[in-house]
Amino acid sequence: MSIIVNKNTKVVTQGITGKTGSFHTKACKDYGTKMVAGVGPGKGGESFEGIPLFNTVREAKSATGANVSVIYVPPPFAADAIMEAVDAELDLAICITEGIPVLDMLKVKAFMEGKKTRLLGPNCPGIITPGECKIGIMPGHIHKPGRIGVVSRSGTLTYEAVFQLSELGIGQSTCVGIGGDPLNGTNFIDCLNLFNQDPNTDAVIMIGEIGGSAEEEAAGWIKKNMKKPVVGFIAGASAPKGRTMGHAGAIVSGSAGTAEGKFAAMEEAGVFVVKSPAKLGARLKEVISK
Amino acid sequence: MNLHEYQSKMLMAKYGLPVLKGKICYTPKEAQAAADALGTAVCVVKAQVHAGGRGKAGGVKLAKSSDEAKAYAEKILGMTLITPQTGKHGKLVRKVYVEAGCDIAKEFYVSMLVDRANACISMVISAEGGMEIEEVAANHPEKVLSININPKVGLQAFECTRAGFFLGLDTETIKKLHKVLSGCYQMFMAKDLSLLEINPLVLTKQGEFIILDAKCAVDNNALFRHADLREMHDYDEDDERELKATRLGLSYVALDGNIGCMVNGAGLAMATLDIIKSYGETPSNFLDVGGGATKERVTEAFKIILSDSKVQAILVNIFGGIMKCDVIATGVVEAAKELGVKVPLVVRLQGTNVDLGKKILAESGLKITSASTMDEAAEAVSKAVKANR
Repeated sequence: MSIIVNKNTKVVTQGITGKTGSFHTKACKDYGTKMVAGVGPGKGGESFEGIPLFNTVREAKSATGANVSVIYVPPPFAADAIMEAVDAELDLAICITEGIPVLDMLKVKAFMEGKKTRLLGPNCPGIITPGECKIGIMPGHIHKPGRIGVVSRSGTLTYEAVFQLSELGIGQSTCVGIGGDPLNGTNFIDCLNLFNQDPNTDAVIMIGEIGGSAEEEAAGWIKKNMKKPVVGFIAGASAPKGRTMGHAGAIVSGSAGTAEGKFAAMEEAGVFVVKSPAKLGARLKEVISK
Repeated sequence: MNLHEYQSKMLMAKYGLPVLKGKICYTPKEAQAAADALGTAVCVVKAQVHAGGRGKAGGVKLAKSSDEAKAYAEKILGMTLITPQTGKHGKLVRKVYVEAGCDIAKEFYVSMLVDRANACISMVISAEGGMEIEEVAANHPEKVLSININPKVGLQAFECTRAGFFLGLDTETIKKLHKVLSGCYQMFMAKDLSLLEINPLVLTKQGEFIILDAKCAVDNNALFRHADLREMHDYDEDDERELKATRLGLSYVALDGNIGCMVNGAGLAMATLDIIKSYGETPSNFLDVGGGATKERVTEAFKIILSDSKVQAILVNIFGGIMKCDVIATGVVEAAKELGVKVPLVVRLQGTNVDLGKKILAESGLKITSASTMDEAAEAVSKAVKANR
């Protein structure tokens, strides 16, 4: 068991003909993910690595039964691609693309209201249920099937945490990258809630960043609802104010969005906070062996 | 990308917003001519740098004649303005905006920005114009009104009316406020802004609104569709290394310390800075080489880091996922050889083909300290810096 994706998930790639899209579609297929379709306007009828291509997401869905889309479309067209996936009523749209204008995402969020599709990202590594399904750009082989959930705004820092866990012999149920943009779909609370309900997840690692208030809101939710232990870290304690640190969403504006405030909120909520990213795995091991 | 006050006002004028006449000037002589051309009783000479708090720092002066305008321009041009927003090094003033004066009756605060938590544009209004809005919000939250604009329908009339009554305006003036606010919203959406701030918005003794100071920031991710805004980029305001990094597609932020950092991924890069700090040292930069860290990118990244004379040691922290550690190790070794890196170099590789990567580092003949964990790496680099003191 796992959250959001599993061995039955059928995936369509939007932007399959681009360099990134084709590379990672193949890598995910090699991992064992059911990559059932690709979409590229004008590519209908062709195929890539044995995967049939379609002109639209709707066509891909009705022909293959795809229920999840992964989007590698370049920034100017990515918002449109997300809306197409939402319009086709897929269960989940995962947007890997970095650099989507924030006003485009505002439009997407408004478009999604009342629709059934869940959005993951944008500007995220994707999601993996080790041994069953990998959708996105993370290196599959560092993961190990198991009972720890991971949710994070970062890519490589998530790999770091996963690697520490796997080295300690601790496997993961599902690892979710929610993305580093200021406006995104699935948030910390959504994932924590799912992990809380998942009988096969025992504990969660949560990795936040400076900027915004998603971690504070998650901490409030954890305090009220979370039954499983959470180990947490916030990246960016040493970042200067007013500077964007790589991720569009990682910026301390005035007194809002500081690592200090986020750490404090997590501690207040009973999260097992680590101040060093090198200790995520070890701290989790300590917590679950209690 | 931040816009200068004069650029923000140029745009605002196109959206029918009330701005005063003014001219951008690069020399005192130009400032004098601009003041003469304005022909108003008074004019204001304003330093144009990307930072707030210019007035208090001596960067804004009221001139009663064109000779006075010239004299002030002489003083302000070439000065290094230090405000709470510039950092201790300050900002060199290269141009001044010479603008007509006006009779101020009241000052208000208006801003629009992207509200992340509510996924909308939020409009912030206060009668405490000219003040630092964060302070007002912290000390007197009742004096600040925040309105979340529904992205599906945009700014509505009743919201402007609500803002007007909150500011204590009469109905005639509220009609004028509608025009100002809807113009701002239009411009915000059309120009992909991430911030539009008017502080103060002035109500003159004649009952007209004037935008006295304005600050706009554009969403960098949307610049591809705004050729006019791209042209407004003032490269003089950028850190030289940051500019070079941007052109190479690397994400770099200059910091004050002495340990150069090269990391892949923004989150891991931030975490690397944090761990260096926890060992009592300070990084000289944030640098994300991105997912596809090729030899060329690694070399360019090294060049940028080394062009900073403060750097006394370098920490490379790469998590090889899709990108293999042996490829990165080869890149690091070749770049270090090519550039003749003399400062201590600590390399932490982890992930795919890590053993092969470490072997390449060990056999390179270079003095590279290889580390397995982030802790080991941070400890090694802080020791290296301390040993050199």
